[in-house]
Amino acid sequence: MSEILADHKTTDPGDGLAALEARRSTAESFGIPLAVLAELTHRCPLQCPYCSNPVELDRAGSELSTEEWKKVLSELAEIGVLQIHFSGGEPTARKDLVELVRHASDVGLYSNLITSAVLLTREKLSALADAGLCHVQISFQGNEPIVADRVAGLEQSHQKKLEAARWTREVDLPLTVNAVMHRQNLHQLSDIIQMAVDLDADRLEVANVQYYGWALKNRAALMPTLAQIEETSRIVEEAQTRLKGILAIDYVVPDYYALRPKKCMGGWGRQFFNISPAGKVLPCHAAESITGLQFESVRSNHSIAWIWQNSEAFNRYRGTAWMPEPCKSCEFREIDFGGCRCQAFALTGDAGNTDPACTLSPKHEEIFRQAECEAAADNNRFIYRNFAGGTLETGGDDGA
Amino acid sequence: MAAPRNISVSETSRPVLPRHAKLKFDETRQVWVILAPERVLAPDAIAVEVLKLCDGVRSVGAMVDELAAKYAAPREAIATDVVAMLQDLADKGFLTQAREKTS
Repeated sequence: MSEILADHKTTDPGDGLAALEARRSTAESFGIPLAVLAELTHRCPLQCPYCSNPVELDRAGSELSTEEWKKVLSELAEIGVLQIHFSGGEPTARKDLVELVRHASDVGLYSNLITSAVLLTREKLSALADAGLCHVQISFQGNEPIVADRVAGLEQSHQKKLEAARWTREVDLPLTVNAVMHRQNLHQLSDIIQMAVDLDADRLEVANVQYYGWALKNRAALMPTLAQIEETSRIVEEAQTRLKGILAIDYVVPDYYALRPKKCMGGWGRQFFNISPAGKVLPCHAAESITGLQFESVRSNHSIAWIWQNSEAFNRYRGTAWMPEPCKSCEFREIDFGGCRCQAFALTGDAGNTDPACTLSPKHEEIFRQAECEAAADNNRFIYRNFAGGTLETGGDDGA
Repeated sequence: MAAPRNISVSETSRPVLPRHAKLKFDETRQVWVILAPERVLAPDAIAVEVLKLCDGVRSVGAMVDELAAKYAAPREAIATDVVAMLQDLADKGFLTQAREKTS
């Protein structure tokens, strides 16, 4: 295996921190995975309509056991994975979370907890810190309970999150506030930025919803207007300058209004992968939405290293050889790798097509118009995420 | 309670990596890396050398003295480079100021 590492967000060159990927940039090679997203469970007390989990959720009975996860963590460290993101569903719904974090620390993994925080207590956070947890990321749905609790589909959730965020800092754990943004909460962005400062967060992710799975079902209720996106970019840029050294702000632009597609996952099967609650090894958390691909499990006879290097699903969209036009001859083909396979599949029916987020895709204009139309129609009712396949929001005011 | 961020690096600063940033040697790839949320960075050899001295005890001035002696280089030039590099790292959230532990 060749070695490719990267700063998978952006790094300013010239600060002594070189992005490792610059050493080898040919798309045909792939490296040792840098980080793994471990979806410990799909159970979650929240019902966010943009949940990144698949629409077909893994049931509790199919989840990997504590011993299975520990074996996975050991194997990941052995093959050179550096970071583990404990996610879900809601990872704190697992009773063995502290034990898994401790095991990750023991085998040398940098551990991050991605949580809704509503199940956390100060004692639990303290135990996680003692077990070696390196970082906590808490999602917020707004800056006040009326919007936030409605989006989360859970009363009192906003209040609980604020409390848990304060405890996180009290036990001296670093905090990222993850704010998932869409048409129905973008007007709160400035207040959310201030909330992150007040909570003493180190970092804020302003993440526009990505439209797969549950979010795709809810696209009409979530899609921002172009005017909102322009205002958002202005607010983020102003805050990034004003809060330099106080709060780091990462900004994820919504695909439908982009000109170039994102380098999704740093390229398919190049740096990251995902393990589902039932143990499937996936190129990304949405990959199961692509029908026709077979995914291997950690419960199979294969090692994780074998799956990463040899499985058909990982190799299917690696490199550039699979690309059709306009990607094939595009000068950006090794920069964005044609964008996101899951989005290409969702919007064109073929995961091998150019991601329609790209202006060079024949579908780009169509999805841009569609986004504008859906945003203008302003149909605000959510389909809440649950194990029953979703529940339409009730209420006579169209949810607004 | 909170660590002072937004620090201004001078020769009297005693910088240290914050809890969310870990400097470690990656045995698999045989390189030094800084691990931070959502980021893996590869500091160059000079940055590694300086970062290893950032223990929250040494002052920047002491670090400059050590480096100037080690490389038999003019102290002034080293001080300028080191302060600029550390300030940049601090602005990006990879360095904080040492403080008294309260919990």
